[in-house]
Amino acid sequence: MERIDSQPTHKYGDFKLRRGRPLPFGANIVPGGVNFSIFSSYATSCTLVLFQKHASEPMAEIPFPDEFRIGNVFSMIVFDLDYENIEYGYRMDGPFNPKEGQWFDSSKVLMDPYAKLIGGRDIWGKTPDWSDIYHHRARIALDDFDWEDDRPLEIDPEDQIIYEMHVRSFTRHPSSGVKHLGTFAGIRAKIPYLKELGVNAIELMPVYEFDEFENSRPNPVKPGEMLLNYWGYSTVGFFAPKAGYAATGKLGMQMDEFKTLVKDLHRNGIEVILDVVFNHTAEGNENGPYISFRGIDNKTYYMLTPDGYYFNFSGCGNTLNCNNPIVRNMVLDCLRYWAAEYHIDGFRFDLASILGRDPWGAPLQNPPLLETLAFDPILAKCKLIAEAWDAGGLYQVGSFPAFGRWAEWNGKYRDSIRKFLKGDGTVGDIAQRLQGSPDLYAWEGRGPATSINFITAHDGFTLMDLVSYNGKHNEANGENNNDGTNDNDSWNCGWEGPTDAPGINALRKRQMKNAVAILMVSQGVPMILMGDEVGRTQHGNNNTYCHDNELNWQDWNLLKTNADLFKFFKHCIAFRKAHPVLRNRHHFQNRDYAGSGYADITWHGTQAWNADWSPSSRTLAFMLCGKHAKAATVTDNYIYVAMNMHWESHWFEIPGLPPGMQWRVFANTGAPSPEDSWEPGQEQVLDNQHGLLLGDRSVVILVGK
Amino acid sequence: MDIKIKKVEEINVVELAGDIDASTAPPVQEKVLPLAEPQAKILIDMSKVPFMSSAGLRVLLSVHRQATAREAQLVLVGLSEEIQDTMSVTGFLEFFTTCDTQESGLEALKNA
Repeated sequence: MERIDSQPTHKYGDFKLRRGRPLPFGANIVPGGVNFSIFSSYATSCTLVLFQKHASEPMAEIPFPDEFRIGNVFSMIVFDLDYENIEYGYRMDGPFNPKEGQWFDSSKVLMDPYAKLIGGRDIWGKTPDWSDIYHHRARIALDDFDWEDDRPLEIDPEDQIIYEMHVRSFTRHPSSGVKHLGTFAGIRAKIPYLKELGVNAIELMPVYEFDEFENSRPNPVKPGEMLLNYWGYSTVGFFAPKAGYAATGKLGMQMDEFKTLVKDLHRNGIEVILDVVFNHTAEGNENGPYISFRGIDNKTYYMLTPDGYYFNFSGCGNTLNCNNPIVRNMVLDCLRYWAAEYHIDGFRFDLASILGRDPWGAPLQNPPLLETLAFDPILAKCKLIAEAWDAGGLYQVGSFPAFGRWAEWNGKYRDSIRKFLKGDGTVGDIAQRLQGSPDLYAWEGRGPATSINFITAHDGFTLMDLVSYNGKHNEANGENNNDGTNDNDSWNCGWEGPTDAPGINALRKRQMKNAVAILMVSQGVPMILMGDEVGRTQHGNNNTYCHDNELNWQDWNLLKTNADLFKFFKHCIAFRKAHPVLRNRHHFQNRDYAGSGYADITWHGTQAWNADWSPSSRTLAFMLCGKHAKAATVTDNYIYVAMNMHWESHWFEIPGLPPGMQWRVFANTGAPSPEDSWEPGQEQVLDNQHGLLLGDRSVVILVGK
Repeated sequence: MDIKIKKVEEINVVELAGDIDASTAPPVQEKVLPLAEPQAKILIDMSKVPFMSSAGLRVLLSVHRQATAREAQLVLVGLSEEIQDTMSVTGFLEFFTTCDTQESGLEALKNA
């Protein structure tokens, strides 16, 4: 039987209409037509603007009849639309008074904040028609992907090994050898590589639709090339995947392409985490363009000063008003949509501390948005990861309002390990970082997996640059080297930049191996930056947000050049996966509760059982008791890790094992490849079971079994 | 959109000609879906289809689903390189058995 609401009741010109349903917001296909629904707290009227795909002028403008508005929501069904070939927008009428925060202008065509498919930047880097009255063009989406039996993997957080990557950078370089350079399809073609490396989660830098041409300008050092909004930390539409990242963006099939990537990654045991930017939008400050929010409900969507100016806690011109109840619901709707419709496994929130500010900017004790996300049933198994600081000076590593759910990018881990690597000592601090930073998290009952451990991330130096440059070299960004952080804690090993000196190059390689070795034996969740496994360089640029060139693109030739580094990474990851004692859910108790005769973790130095905690100490070793793995619920091998970050060699006395067991060498960064590491299971028995000589700036990992 | 249906022995052969998009997909669905009877064998010849939109691909998937549910066999033949690539990138291709030509498709179905 046909439903009576599948028949039109109204007419406007040739268009047949009917009162729509307010929920869900956005444009949704219903029997016979499309249901359009949009809200605005202050608009006095609203008009639906329809375009033929790519057309510069609208094909129709249909005002919402008064009786179609319920509360502040305008909704309407338009029948018989060729929904694949149209684009839609809105005009909103209302007060214009910037001092009061009102920016209505009915001459502007506005994009639906809930648009799931957005055209206008279909092909990456194609220069837009600047005279277009409607740049980011909402389209009607088909949400009927065939997932078969797929669902998010729900890997235990402590078992994750995250690989942070940029969609375009990963395969844009011609050396990637993929058919569709720099796309979702390109990543899919490289799944075997990710599997070989051994990571089980990829974290994608922003994939929500953004405008690579936002603030584009000529490259000061490469004539003819433009600097772009390359990384994409500036959202145009929160519900739509970036069309320019899809080989099929020109056909409007980016949703299917991205979902196919997620499905295939899941099939291969790899989760997908999205880096999401809810702290600001692409509309910028008072001088920015009208894209969507500004013209629909400026006062609701943005944090405004008493004079109506935009607060700038993001450092990007405006600040999304996340703890306004309406915006909060939009963020929730958005994340639920990505979790349910795209099977996304987790989210990393850019400048997440902003999400804990009230509409006037003050930090909240119990931020409702963070609480809502933590307790949401659809997001219940999603990883929620905070970048626990913002550009307004709020720094919450260790104190981010967690509600038992939120993990944090541990900036202190990065800083401590970097200092230790270059020989600053700080062993007391290092001991905390190696244990999953209990000093930051245990007091609140938060486990080691709260700590996302990383030494490098997209912000800042790559690992190769961390050991090749003392200072940043950002001239190519066109800001006289003033952008990017100065706190790099980096050391160039004796020469600034590339060199032919074999000694320096060997030391750099060793330092990179030291870094990943320490990262992979630390409790918590390790994250590595795309390309670090093959020594990717940005030539000292620590802020490459604007470069669509080799500064960002992964050069796949490096896989040959630095094959030994890749193999070392691979082995360290495999070692971590082979040993549950490295992936504990609970913090160490510093005692023997398994009756093994050893505490769960014990500290050593050049003398066994006697670590040197003095400020000048650059040596530290620790042993993990295999009987205490995963709180003594599983039995693992014993693991001993010795770190010598001194510029001289040191003899390390090794603690004894239970009778019948032997120490075997898994890794020794001081040994030349291929003797620097072994496949788990192939470790070599140590000649002298009582001690070993650690070369200068070296890490040794032993396994006792 | 031109849709021709003929029978070669026990196999239903559908020859499509023209673009398949949101406006031409419904008649394709209307004519092809009923062929997916229990244990039926269907060959869809796409060699005269220059373009398939998202909606077009979805019609193919509906036919596939219907065929699978009724234990019918479906083979696509003559996909252009571009359509094949689009189907591969968007995940549609893996659902289907494909052959280069009608002859090889018929052969595959006879032996199925």
